[in-house]
Amino acid sequence: MFPFSDAGIISGLICGFLFGYVLENAGFGSPAKLTAQFKLSDWSVFKVMFTAIVVAAGGLYLLRVVGLMPADAVFVPTSLLMAAAIGGALIGAGFAVGGYCPGTSVVGMFSGRMDAMVFIIGLMLGTFVFAGLYGPAIETVMALAEIQGGDTFTDAWGIPELVLLAIMGAALVAIFYFGGRLERASKGPVTAEEAVAGAGDRPPV
Amino acid sequence: MSIAISSSPPTRVIKPFWPPLAAGLALGLVLLLTFVLTGHGLGATGASTRATAWLGLTLAPVATQANAYFGPMVEGGNPLNSWITWQVIGVAIGAFVAAFLAGRFRLQFDGSRSIGTPRRLTTALLGGLLAGFGARVAAGCTSGLGLSGAATLGIAAFVFLATFFAVGLIASRMVRGV
Repeated sequence: MFPFSDAGIISGLICGFLFGYVLENAGFGSPAKLTAQFKLSDWSVFKVMFTAIVVAAGGLYLLRVVGLMPADAVFVPTSLLMAAAIGGALIGAGFAVGGYCPGTSVVGMFSGRMDAMVFIIGLMLGTFVFAGLYGPAIETVMALAEIQGGDTFTDAWGIPELVLLAIMGAALVAIFYFGGRLERASKGPVTAEEAVAGAGDRPPV
Repeated sequence: MSIAISSSPPTRVIKPFWPPLAAGLALGLVLLLTFVLTGHGLGATGASTRATAWLGLTLAPVATQANAYFGPMVEGGNPLNSWITWQVIGVAIGAFVAAFLAGRFRLQFDGSRSIGTPRRLTTALLGGLLAGFGARVAAGCTSGLGLSGAATLGIAAFVFLATFFAVGLIASRMVRGV
């Protein structure tokens, strides 16, 4: 019965290796490519991320219905919605300004980008600042807007998982369709050559 | 002797990135494998937070042990000793191997060409600072909360992704980061 609940070095290295290998091949070590998502000219970030979410969510669902994985077997983030909203906003701003999110900064650094190393130093500084300010005030804000009923849409509001998967599937199709249209109407996805050359002026459409 | 001497650097073969659908399918399967092996998803800031706590413990042990956030984290010995640290080391190796095999490894300060090195230094540091602080508020980042949380149909993950995208969209119009 899954999961194996393995917390060892080998599983960490294997999962991490595959994660980094796929992210680099997707182009996510390049800040030019990553930030082009917010300029709406390259939809790779959303296409890759939402495809992965639908595949993994569908896989988890299947493992559960065939009885290989019990319900509540995997970790679900607590529904602290204020904390999630503030954190999302700050990481979105950090992504637009710094060119990376925390995971992709590791990919950037190990594809040779020294600016990614600076981003990681920034990450650690931000962590120090948070720890320095941590106390009752921050804890109070972080505890706001918690959904008491549960952490998933199914537990909290009784929305069936299949309905959620269908909505996510439809959203995925919409991302590929409309994202593709916006890509064709602009400079389009950042290519590997452009990414390796580094951020800079791209030829006009 | 017929060795051609050229002033231009050797042409490197740069392989294209994977198509987004293929990369997304692969990422989804890696994420699913991670859930099956460990019971949780992939992450990133779990490791940078532990590295920060470890640095604090090394530089200022008393203050770090007394700190309300780091204290509990360093109680059980070396904070680096955890699955997420190994996972991020794996990410580094995997990214290096992928970039190297595809001819995409290049030492550079990305963004220097577009906005200049001093300004890029500032945006990279500031961006990291915002993301580092934000990830502690949300107790997760784009990987741990956004990607992995959404795969478990967690409500917080979708709230995170919504504000992440909205603020990123606005901020990228106000500041040129790279």
